[in-house]
Amino acid sequence: MNSSPSPHPSSLWSITLATLKKDIRLEWRSKDAINSMLFFSLLVVVIFSFSFDPNAEESREIAGGLVWVAFLFAAVVALNQTWARELRNQVLDAYRVSPAPANSLFLAKALGNFLLVTLLEAVMAPLFTVFYNLRSIGPAWQLIPVGLLGTWALVVNGTFFAAMSLRTRSREIMLPLLLFPISIPAVQAMVEATRIILAGEGAARFWIVLLLTYDVVFTTACLALFGTILHAE
Amino acid sequence: MKRLFPILAVITAALLAYALYQALVVAPTERTMGDVQRIFYYHVPSAWTAFLLFMVNLVASVVYLIRRNPKADAVAVVSAEVGVVFCTIVLVTGPIWARPVWGIWWTWDVRLTTTLVLWLIYVSYLVLRRFSDSAQTPVLAAALAIFGALDVPLVYFSIWFFRTQHPQPVIGGGGSLDPRMAHALLWNWLAFSCFAFLVCWSRYRLEMLQREVEEAHAMESLAGAGAAASVPLNRSRQ
Repeated sequence: MNSSPSPHPSSLWSITLATLKKDIRLEWRSKDAINSMLFFSLLVVVIFSFSFDPNAEESREIAGGLVWVAFLFAAVVALNQTWARELRNQVLDAYRVSPAPANSLFLAKALGNFLLVTLLEAVMAPLFTVFYNLRSIGPAWQLIPVGLLGTWALVVNGTFFAAMSLRTRSREIMLPLLLFPISIPAVQAMVEATRIILAGEGAARFWIVLLLTYDVVFTTACLALFGTILHAE
Repeated sequence: MKRLFPILAVITAALLAYALYQALVVAPTERTMGDVQRIFYYHVPSAWTAFLLFMVNLVASVVYLIRRNPKADAVAVVSAEVGVVFCTIVLVTGPIWARPVWGIWWTWDVRLTTTLVLWLIYVSYLVLRRFSDSAQTPVLAAALAIFGALDVPLVYFSIWFFRTQHPQPVIGGGGSLDPRMAHALLWNWLAFSCFAFLVCWSRYRLEMLQREVEEAHAMESLAGAGAAASVPLNRSRQ
């Protein structure tokens, strides 16, 4: 924290990259998070499909909501595993006493979750399209920035709150309880933007700008407060 | 300080009684809504008090993060708890008023939704405090309070934009308030603020006492552990 000398920016990135690579390698070998997320969101797709049984017109209206709710729930699965892995063998304590900047650890974890959830979305999006007979009327390429910004919005706060809920009892339940209320504007922006694009109702620019604002505000807040959370005694 | 408490309690009781008289008797009956409009004198002051308490919570949280003063943390807990109670009053009296006037219990209007999200954020704040009993709880809770404060303007803008694109029931009417109504409203707000302050104060004393007791327990068990370590034989025979 304050006592340690501020590290060179390149070392911040090299530590971030090293941690990120380690996490990706761990995930690549175990495939715990990605498998459970994929199966979980597949289940959500099937159950929603039975519950609503929409036609093509209705699908366009509700798909945004369904897709993002499924991804939000699936993301929680990945987010809960983020830090739990570091508790075994006291890795987190080792990190705390090491001179590595806290923010590089946070960025590595957030980027790792971002990659995971983006991969999940890339696999699930075609499935959604097939199951709900989706055909976009508006410019479908705009879904890409909405997806990327929306995923970052979920993941950056999720990584932060997962670190917070580590210190609580029944932490697996704690994470959604903390994350969902704060994520309400982001989820609304993603759902509305997706709906507007799919239904071809004009520009989703306001929602994309709102998502961008949300990302900037909360990324800043996470980076400003993560050191305090990590070193809280 | 302790002697001041009963005096303030009496003043608050008198204020609440006077404000009740103002709201039910002195304030004129609203022309179109009738007597149901009198819920306004409870609904609005509760909302103002709740927002004031959430503001106090935010300030106390920031102060705690900077100074690490346990008193600031106690103020944060207390203001969040009492704020949630007042916010619940707002969310309950709102639909009771809305049903006869608008014909619906609830609408996803900007003020209603923002209040609901604020309530959700502070309930999650209290849940965090309940589920985390380590020494780091105050830091975690203060961080969450700051996240909540950053979230509220975003919620407001998103709902505001969302709803301006959709039809919505007419709210309030936007007319000017009868001076006697404003009078009753302000008396009620004063009474409610005093009441909230009184509750916060006694809850603050309780919180500080609780912490003292916990500390004493911790010291006692430390001393007990020390004694047990020095005479291990006695301990093992029991």
